[in-house]
Amino acid sequence: MTAQVTPARAACPGCVATAAEPARLIPEDVQIALSLPGIHCSACISTVERELNAHPGVEGARVNLTLKRAMIKAKPDTRAADLIPVLERAGFEAHELDPGALSATQSDKAGRDLLMRLAVAGFASMNVMLLSVSVWSGATDATRDMFHWISAAIALPAIAFSAQPFFANAWSALRVRRLNMDVPIVLAILLALVTSLWETALSGEHAYFDAALTLTFFLLAGRYLDYRTRAAARSAAEELTALEVPRAIRLVDGSEQEVAVANLRVGDLILVRPGGRMPVDGEITSGRSELDRSLLTGETLPIFAEAGLRVSAGEVNLTGPLTIRATAVGEDTSLHRMADLVAIAESGRSRYTSLADKAAKLYAPGVHILSALSFLGWYIYSGDIRTALNIAAAVLIITCPCALGLAVPAVTTAASGRLFRNGMLIKHATALERLAEVDTVVFDKTGTLTSGTPELTNLGDHSRADLEVALALAEASSHPLSIALAKAARGVGIKPAILRDVVEVPGYGTEGMYQEQRVRLGRAAWVGGKDCEQTAAWLAIGSQTPLRFTFTDSLRAGAAEAIAAFRKAGKDVILISGDTHPAVQALADKLGIQNWIAQALPQDKAAKVQDLSDQGRHVLMVGDGLNDTAALAAAHVSISPASALDAARVASDIVLLGNDLSPIAEACETAVKATRRIRENFRIATVYNVIAVPLAVAGLATPLIAALAMSTSSITVSLNALRLR
Amino acid sequence: MEVLAYLIPISLLLGAVGLIAFIYTVRSNQYEDPEGDARRILSDEWDDKPKP
Repeated sequence: MTAQVTPARAACPGCVATAAEPARLIPEDVQIALSLPGIHCSACISTVERELNAHPGVEGARVNLTLKRAMIKAKPDTRAADLIPVLERAGFEAHELDPGALSATQSDKAGRDLLMRLAVAGFASMNVMLLSVSVWSGATDATRDMFHWISAAIALPAIAFSAQPFFANAWSALRVRRLNMDVPIVLAILLALVTSLWETALSGEHAYFDAALTLTFFLLAGRYLDYRTRAAARSAAEELTALEVPRAIRLVDGSEQEVAVANLRVGDLILVRPGGRMPVDGEITSGRSELDRSLLTGETLPIFAEAGLRVSAGEVNLTGPLTIRATAVGEDTSLHRMADLVAIAESGRSRYTSLADKAAKLYAPGVHILSALSFLGWYIYSGDIRTALNIAAAVLIITCPCALGLAVPAVTTAASGRLFRNGMLIKHATALERLAEVDTVVFDKTGTLTSGTPELTNLGDHSRADLEVALALAEASSHPLSIALAKAARGVGIKPAILRDVVEVPGYGTEGMYQEQRVRLGRAAWVGGKDCEQTAAWLAIGSQTPLRFTFTDSLRAGAAEAIAAFRKAGKDVILISGDTHPAVQALADKLGIQNWIAQALPQDKAAKVQDLSDQGRHVLMVGDGLNDTAALAAAHVSISPASALDAARVASDIVLLGNDLSPIAEACETAVKATRRIRENFRIATVYNVIAVPLAVAGLATPLIAALAMSTSSITVSLNALRLR
Repeated sequence: MEVLAYLIPISLLLGAVGLIAFIYTVRSNQYEDPEGDARRILSDEWDDKPKP
């Protein structure tokens, strides 16, 4: 189910399906991936591998500590469900991952490709530098020419291979008549090679082979850093997606069949067990239960479900098993249509120009004009094409955007690394820059500021005897309210009363016999209580007046701190929720938020965010539900918790991995610092240019000066970025 | 200066060896799990080579 929501991954359910099909025909070894969040040492590695390899269904298992994951090659009939208990007995938490959603990280071809080019450029530049140093330290005549020729022999093929990404990018920009950062890079590299070859052929003094290679090397290093940061974020995001294995139980002639969600068709009968999520839109044909719609609408109160009710993909079944008949699958589900809405809103965001683009827009034409002018000037002054071309090349190389190429990726790598350690995943390349500009923060309530788990509020109002009965009934059910009641009662040392014949009536509650009286705990209508606006469960003992247990959604850890920190930083905090008035007001009062909106529809949320943006505000949207996705995509920058629905995570720029909300406020500070560092880096690069460019234009630059300017500026920029760690 | 006739090929050769060794390590997935490999060296249960 999750895979289909992601527009970018649209091809994925298909490939999962095709991968599964041949496996059924030819019994072949299967790949199982397990996430092991708890492993941390060498003893963990060997224990996990020993336990897994001892299992008869396992052919081979290998743990990857960096990704906290185990890859298992298993016999065809082995399933992850067989292996997880093995690890849990050994004391390790394990979750199944969907290998289909992980496939992108395994064949990390692009990263490997960049690394290979980086290595070639690095080794070649070291060798050429060795020869260049001999030239600078005094090699003359035939020796110098020979060194230059050898340098050329190394540099030409090395650059032909390693600078390909720049060639490709520059070409694609030129083809649509645009300039990007890669155009001056490619021009500098090519001009340096051509003039150096020409000089070498004429036994000239200056050759820039080393400069062309180090330029390529530093720029590739920047690209690789950039790529690595995003790959790390992508693989973590992928793991979140892979944790929700898209499987459903299809009923065929009364027998249960486990199938991939992608293979479900309209008209299929699907069994959804308590705790399971609806994989498709449909209509309930049998069963009674309660549905949690909070992820879709933001309402905290579960709704009663019985035959005939229409359900939407993404709703969670709470108490009893339900059979549904699918009416819309895959791309037609309401969940997916919502994701399309996101795609539309997102195209607005791509209009944001990053600092690097802004710099490139100023820089690329400037460099070209400067270099062309020095060529013309020198040609008119000396009448010698060779001198003029040499100087033009020197200008291009010295103004090399090396430091510019490293300025942004070095900072974002350092900042993303720091935020990742605090439990935040930066998914989008310009997210940090946008986060730094935020002045208004919009929060969703259910699942974002609150944890989505209820908490009993009126424990003290009830007698001990009543609580004992309530606890005994509550422990017979896995309904969230029952669990909350049981937890609260156990917490004050209540022991359950002894009941007979306790049964759960799905959709209504639990009942049993207590001292020859019938006792019930459940919905107001069933127990005999009055409906009220608060979340409540009722307890009836025999014919006594029913007792009310009220609940509130518990606050997420760090929510109060995050809001206090935002307010201290002078940002406006707004709460928008789809939940009822009293519930939203209670939370707003608790957190001291003056500006709140209740009963907001998904469109209202997006409209409000759009409205704020139109007033010139930069909005940070924090939300988790499907009803938030449009608002998340419309906001300047957006954050969703890891517990959010896949569609919401896809729509947001940053994912919060832990349960704590407090890192959000800190992330804003880090983002501001990171942007400041990026600007500083641009300034450092400019200062180097201001010193070196006049030398180059005056014709005083030598390859030695070019090499020094390039390396020192790149290293200063990287060190400045590292201060952020 | 005749010594250059040996030194230059030797330096180029050493560079090439380094490059080939690096490419080999990338191709054989030796950077997939840097943290795990650092710990594995301390484990008593050694294996012949990293399994694919």
